[in-house]
Amino acid sequence: MTPGLVLVFVLCLLFPLGVLAWRRFQSGESNLGLAAPFLIIGGTAIGVLVANATGFAGPEPWLDWQFVTSAHSRHPEEAGLYPAIIGSFFIMMVMAVFAFPVSIGAAIYLEEYAPSTGWRGRVVQLIQVNIANLAGVPSVVYGLLGLAIIARALRLGTGAVTTAAFTLGLLIMPITIISAQEAIRAVPDEHRQASYAMGASDWHTLRRVVLPEALPGILTGTILSLGRAIGETAPLIMIGAATTVYSPPTTLNDSVSAMPMQIFAWAGEFIADFRTGVLSAGVLTLLLAMLSMNAVAILIRNRYEQEQT
Amino acid sequence: MSNTDNSLIEFGVTGSETEQTPETGTLTEDTQSIISTRGLDVWYGDDHALQDVDMDIPKNRVTAIIGPSGCGKSTFLRCLNRMNDMVETARIEGEVRFNGTNVYDDDVDAIALRRQIGMVFQHPNPFPKSIYDNVAYGLRVQDKPVNDEIIETALRRAALWDEVEGQLDKSARDLSGGQQQRLCIARAIAVDPDVVLMDEPASALDPVATSKIEDLIEELAEEYTVVIVTHNMQQAARISDKTAVFLTGGKLAEFDDTQKIFENPESQRVEDYITGKFG
Repeated sequence: MTPGLVLVFVLCLLFPLGVLAWRRFQSGESNLGLAAPFLIIGGTAIGVLVANATGFAGPEPWLDWQFVTSAHSRHPEEAGLYPAIIGSFFIMMVMAVFAFPVSIGAAIYLEEYAPSTGWRGRVVQLIQVNIANLAGVPSVVYGLLGLAIIARALRLGTGAVTTAAFTLGLLIMPITIISAQEAIRAVPDEHRQASYAMGASDWHTLRRVVLPEALPGILTGTILSLGRAIGETAPLIMIGAATTVYSPPTTLNDSVSAMPMQIFAWAGEFIADFRTGVLSAGVLTLLLAMLSMNAVAILIRNRYEQEQT
Repeated sequence: MSNTDNSLIEFGVTGSETEQTPETGTLTEDTQSIISTRGLDVWYGDDHALQDVDMDIPKNRVTAIIGPSGCGKSTFLRCLNRMNDMVETARIEGEVRFNGTNVYDDDVDAIALRRQIGMVFQHPNPFPKSIYDNVAYGLRVQDKPVNDEIIETALRRAALWDEVEGQLDKSARDLSGGQQQRLCIARAIAVDPDVVLMDEPASALDPVATSKIEDLIEELAEEYTVVIVTHNMQQAARISDKTAVFLTGGKLAEFDDTQKIFENPESQRVEDYITGKFG
């Protein structure tokens, strides 16, 4: 390395970093973050040392760029998850657009508007009990429902994006409704009273007091629901979703595969590399997709919570 | 949104049009009354919470309502701005005339009514928003203009300005209990109501905060009519011009000038209550 390069390196990177770290150190706040670079460099060094000493060349990475950009192939090295990733994403989008507004609307109605006395109150109670029961129904039953009603009776087509989205939507609705209801119920009644006493209408109170306070809780519920829906396999099998497709869906009526379906298909492959390498890469992709989705939702939730308090 | 359209209904400003009768609870002096109740009965399910209450609440005065627990004080207060509408089991009969209009008439919009009769609750209940947004809430709900001046005036009137100046974007939850309650008062008076109802506003506060609230109530009476429910009799004696005593069963036992109630009440039971023999 030439001295000039070292000088540039020190001036542009190490010097400003040092100043930043020093200021941070002076400010007296938590300094734990300063350990991160040492941790990374030290970890890498230890890793290299161990690999050299034991002669272990490291794991064979199956999860690479090729894996997420190509479709299934007869050869494990060329197999990928791309159509299933796009399929899953497509299904989730359609499902969210359809299921979340309906669920949150239902929760708002049940908590804020539904009558609690008289025969109508009893009907509402019956509905409540049913929603709670539906949340516990096995997902394969929803698959049967989706096959009979959504795919066949409504003629949305077996294995189509819309069929999958509506079936999974029905599956997650009870959970979403119940968690949204709990979030709305947790808003103190005193705040509603204060709002009404200021001459606010039901709608104003809902929009300006109840929903802003309940939103973090409602979002948590939707995160959990999305997490459940993206990993569901049984209902997709029941509605005849393809295990393997070679191109991602382009319209809502296209035949679709989803990540868990493709993983399920790989588990039954004859070549061992599919069952060990490709399958693991698929599972990791699914997990990563789910975790990053949750992370985004948690960030949104935290931002709302901060605005509130 | 649709029910705010009726907010144009004006409540007459002619004062009480009902005849002055010599029964308990009606005014005998020349003070103008702003709210008058006639034969007010309230049931919660089968529970008869308020029985045949006749009362004239004088304008720009502090009227205290005292009585033992469960005697219907809060129920009475909540009838005045129709907050009992929210209780599904509540049934209300009789008249509550606000500036001559019966607020329980079919064409009266409860939302418009509550914009003229503000309310402060027992427990301080600011919204989890900034101090500014709390005070601005009523103005925003009523589509009135919001500016810093109005917010400052409301906070000054509520004797809170000096303590929160320059930190209006702080969360209202970070204030102390007494400050929160004064914030709730600021929130209620920011929209410039005619009447401020207070449901035991100081019962959850310490003595220092309580005395601040009491000073504030006396000042508020210069511009607003204040109706305050309290079970602290000394408090009623200190701050009110008129006192109503409710006794068990939701009956109005006596209503008169505060001095008379505390020094020379008509009925024996009221005297027993005032002197602490029961309640």
